Parts: sequence; structure tokens; C-alpha cells
Amino acid sequence: MSASVTQSWDELTEGLWRQNPTFVMVLGMCPTLAVTVSGVNALAMGIATTLVLIFSCLLVSLMRNIVPGEVRIATYIVIIATFVTVVDYLIQAISLELYDALGAFIQLIVVNCIILGRAEAHASKTPPIPAMLNAVGMGAGFTLGLLSLGIVREILGAGKLFGITLFGESFQPWVVMVLPPGGFFVLGGWLLIFAWWARRKEAGGAQS
Amino acid sequence: MSGNEFQIFINVLLANNFVLAMFLGLCPFLGVSGRLDTAFPMGLATTFVMVVASLCAYGLNVLLTAMHLEFLRLISYIVIIASAVQLVEMVLKKYSPGLFRALGIYLPLITTNCAVLGVALFQTSREYSLTQSLTFSLGGGMGFTLALVLMASVRERLKLSQVPGLVQGTALSLMLGGILSLSFMGFAGLGG
Repeated sequence: MSASVTQSWDELTEGLWRQNPTFVMVLGMCPTLAVTVSGVNALAMGIATTLVLIFSCLLVSLMRNIVPGEVRIATYIVIIATFVTVVDYLIQAISLELYDALGAFIQLIVVNCIILGRAEAHASKTPPIPAMLNAVGMGAGFTLGLLSLGIVREILGAGKLFGITLFGESFQPWVVMVLPPGGFFVLGGWLLIFAWWARRKEAGGAQS
Repeated sequence: MSGNEFQIFINVLLANNFVLAMFLGLCPFLGVSGRLDTAFPMGLATTFVMVVASLCAYGLNVLLTAMHLEFLRLISYIVIIASAVQLVEMVLKKYSPGLFRALGIYLPLITTNCAVLGVALFQTSREYSLTQSLTFSLGGGMGFTLALVLMASVRERLKLSQVPGLVQGTALSLMLGGILSLSFMGFAGLGG
């Protein structure tokens, strides 16, 4: 029993840290950089992607013994596109404002490499429950990545956090951070920090 | 009207470059841009797929709107793009096997290139006419090629220079992308 619990825990945390889709695998870059202008957008995008990821992985995993190998990619894409359409209409119904802010990037979840990558590399080979756990972890990891970009960019570029003004009147926003180049710079910065951290850990391990 | 098409073309080529301003198609931008001689053909192949996909998507949208099946738009676009990629793959395999091998996994991955689907989605949501759609996709594809070639040239140079070990890899590519994107912002306002 404890072995299976550990295994489930492993499935869940894989995407959160060890195989984090944003920082370790560097997948799904387009939405990561495009919508992370503010914390709210980043969170919404993360949740939408996670929903699609969970349901697609579940269905792919359930159908893994039925789908012939030659047409599997096409099948996955159609499954993903179906769920994206559902989420697209869902967001439109919940908040039109958010829908306008995210724009075409909700529909572009279809071509997010994380989802197809997970369906192909993991869900097509595992039973439904672990596949779903893994999808939840991956989605959470992706949301975390988006948030860490969105928050930094919103604070630096607009002086706000989730729409609440943090600094006084005299704050001079660093506008370039909410413009396209800022996305590249902030993600590059995060990757640098992680690389530096990994190297320090390695050096520490070698000494002891 | 002709001025309008020209505006769309310049706008999507430079001011609203797909890769550097709208963040579409970043995976090949970071993945294939290591060498100039694969970056250029990759850009051309993507441009071709874009134009074909845009043409098909336009026809399909007319059909779907007439039949009130708009919710099928996303699914049918994806299927069309996948078939167009398959076509390019077969043509390349026949006429240029060397290039086919060099592009490797990135060729089928054009299917999941958001720039291609982006073209189809944007031309639908902006309600472009047929000629406008074609100019839009051609300009977008050429802009993508331009960004890829620029990035590849810089990265080829960087291979010969000394870079701190920490920065190497994706972080360096992202910083480069940021600087390129910054310089492309100078085009803002061109083409309205």
C-alpha cells in the first residue's frame, strides 16, 4: 500500500518540480510568454491548460488500447481540440473580459506541446488514475511557471500585483517588462537563477 | 484596397512579427535556430504550410459559417494543417532527402506550430477577405523566416565566442530573443 502511495505521489510531483514543463523541459513557450502580462491572466491560462490536460490525458489513457498506432497523433489532436473548444466556450461564459484578454491564446492551447507531449509520452502508456495524477501535477507545474513569470512582469512593468497597486504614486513602471521583450528577459532570468542554483547544489554535493 | 493589403503585409512582417511580437511559433524558433542552413528551409517550409493552411481555412470557414457549425472550426483547422504538413513532408522526402533528414522531428512538429494555427485563427477573427488572408499568411511566414534566420546567424557567431557556462543553452537563446524583440519594437507603427 505504501509503495503505491509513494508511486502516486511521484506521479503527482513529477510535473511540479523535477520535470517542470516551463523551467526544465521548456515546453509550451508561446502561451508562457504571450499571456503572462499580469498575474490574473497567467493564472487563468494555467487553469485552462490544466483542465484540458487532465481531461485529454484521461480520455487518451482510457482509449490507449483501442487506438491503432498509425493514427494515434491525429486522434490525440482531435481529442485535445474538443476539450479546448469546451474550455473556450466555458471561459467565454464565465468572464468575457478575461476571454478578450487571453484572445486567440485559449484556442491555441490545442498546439501547446505540453499536452500532446504528455498524451504521447505518458497517458498513452498508463492506466487512467496515474495518468490523471500526472496531468494534475504537470498542469500545476505549468501554472506555477506562468505565475512566476506573470507576477514578476506585473510587479516590474505595472507596479501591481493581481491588479492591486503595490507602490505609491512615485513608482515609475518599467514598461518594457509588460511588452514582448520583457517576456523573453524574465524567463531567461528565471532559467539563469535555476541554472545557478543547480550548479551551487552540485558544487556543494561534490564537497561533502 | 491595395494599400490595405500592403499594410497588412508590412505589419505582420515587421511591426507585429509572429515570433518576436506575438510569441507564436517559439518552439522551432528556439529549437531549429542553431544553424543557418536548417533555419532557412525550415522557415520556407513553414511559410508554405501557412499559405496552404490559410487558403484552406478561408474556404472552410465560409462553409462552416454557412452551415452554422462554428464550434467545429478549431478541430477542422487542425486537421487541415496536419494534412498540409503531411503534403510538405512527402514532397521534401521525394525531392530533397538530405534536407528531410536534417529537419528531422521538427518537420512533423510544424503541425503543432502555433504560428500556423495562429494565422488561421487570426484571419478568421479579423474577418479578412481572401486576398487579405493570403497576404497575411505570406507576410507572417516571411516574418517567421526572417526571425529564424536572424536568430540562427547570431547563434552561429556566438558558437565561436566565449560565453560563461552558466548562461549557455536556453537562457542565452531567450536573452537573444529578447534583444531581437527589442530591436523589432523599433518597427512599431509601420503599416498601422
